[in-house]
Amino acid sequence: MVSIRSDADIVAARLKGRELALSLGFSAGDATLVATAISELARNVVQYALRGEVALWSVTSGRGRGIAISVRDEGPGIPDVGRALEDGFSTSGRLGLGLPGVRRLMDEIDIESTPGRGTIICATKWRR
Amino acid sequence: MEVPILKQGAYLIATVQSALTDGDLLQLRDTLVQSVSRHRARAVILDVTALDVLDSFATRTLRDLAQMIRLRGAEMVVVGIQPEVAFAMAQFGLTLEGIATTLDLEEGLAYLDGSIKPNRIT
Amino acid sequence: MPNTRDRTPILSPPSVATVALLTELVSHLRDNRTHLREEWVRLITEAELLTAMSRDEIFAEATSVYDSYVGALETGTMEALQAYARDLSERIIPRGVETHEVVGIVLLLRDVLARSLFAKYRNDFTILNRVLDAYEPAANRIAITVAVGFVQERERVIREQQEAIRELSTPVLQVRERLLILPIIGVIDPHRARQLTEQLLRGIRTNRARVVVMDITGVAAIDASVANHLVLTVEAARLLGATVIVTGLSPEIAQTLVKIGVDLGKMTTVGDLQGGIEEAERLLGYEVFPKGGKPGS
Repeated sequence: MVSIRSDADIVAARLKGRELALSLGFSAGDATLVATAISELARNVVQYALRGEVALWSVTSGRGRGIAISVRDEGPGIPDVGRALEDGFSTSGRLGLGLPGVRRLMDEIDIESTPGRGTIICATKWRR
Repeated sequence: MEVPILKQGAYLIATVQSALTDGDLLQLRDTLVQSVSRHRARAVILDVTALDVLDSFATRTLRDLAQMIRLRGAEMVVVGIQPEVAFAMAQFGLTLEGIATTLDLEEGLAYLDGSIKPNRIT
Repeated sequence: MPNTRDRTPILSPPSVATVALLTELVSHLRDNRTHLREEWVRLITEAELLTAMSRDEIFAEATSVYDSYVGALETGTMEALQAYARDLSERIIPRGVETHEVVGIVLLLRDVLARSLFAKYRNDFTILNRVLDAYEPAANRIAITVAVGFVQERERVIREQQEAIRELSTPVLQVRERLLILPIIGVIDPHRARQLTEQLLRGIRTNRARVVVMDITGVAAIDASVANHLVLTVEAARLLGATVIVTGLSPEIAQTLVKIGVDLGKMTTVGDLQGGIEEAERLLGYEVFPKGGKPGS
């Protein structure tokens, strides 16, 4: 569990994510995908919600081992989740939360957001 | 996190030592822009071998940096992107348009010295 | 007498009352270990299972399996058994032992032990029922655990072998300094596409390649996701300072690429491999001499 308040926390969270992924037997390439996803999601927290939490843990299912990320904040929320997941926004432009990109990096992504209350984003990646 | 910057002839070589926070990146950007002006550098080589992740913020910042130093007559070359980081960037959809990229410092210098053809999307 | 027995789900862990009963069974099974184990090995040989192993080996493994089995009955937890099953599988798979043999011997052990319990408690039907109620779900869990452990290990081995074959079938060739050729033949699924990308990026770094000629003459067709992956690979290679020239693009594949929105003008493509190599050499600054003569040096 990493508390996200500043940009230094973004780095801390993604380094923890990489460490956990590697310890679970993920390849270096996949661990980097996970770290990048965490970096993006944690930054959204810093930029829009000022404060939030990242939790990381390992999961097991019929698909084998995996790593799960959950990023939650009490920020302004995402008004149109569907649209946010579309590839319309330029991912390196000023618009957009980079969510379509995060979805490409991870295997599963789930977003729950209430405008005015907050957002929880869960994403999972399975070990190949 | 200080990024050491060396001057080699008309080039500035900045070598990232470890993961950079957003604040570090912005500071690096501003420092390099100032240095280019101060030293009338013709190019900046940014060595990111030690960078663990190149996400959308880093990409944006690097592109801003490239643009800013181009206005001052200098070119930007990014070297040492790790294969895993390159793959993550491509998967995410991030490009470093307008910035030359080479495998490492040696290649970067060869490129600037004119021995190899440009490898950037313009 | 009415044959009422509670049906317990075969996969749930044992209840407290059941645990007490299991403890009694476990003592019985431990006390009779020697002859039950012999009986079991006899049945294994009779059923012609584990023919790849010698009698001594079977006996040695049988001892470990027996003890792990009874241990799992006693604790009701499967972790130790799982670990043992994986370990056992790692040992016997290279010997050519197959799934039906492993399932077979575990079921035989289950039956040998069940018969022993029948014999012990045959005089009291009520107690026998309770004993079986405790024993059967646990024995089934054990059988499933061992079988699944074996199958998973086998699948892992097969996957590894397939990886190895795939790697062999797609060499990255260094032809000249700074120039790599990656000939791709056959069907590319997303998994192989990913593997190719990794091989390519590694190859670029190891060989310090500046140009890669990726020849897909031998690829009939690709779906949209693999096509996307191809584009992604070219992008990633560029970030490593390498230009990728794609050669052997069939009209079908070109169409797929256009369909997913690739601007073919941005991707360097050349008709055939030879042409691609020439283009690569040109990019690298080598002079290409026409056939029939070199200018004097």
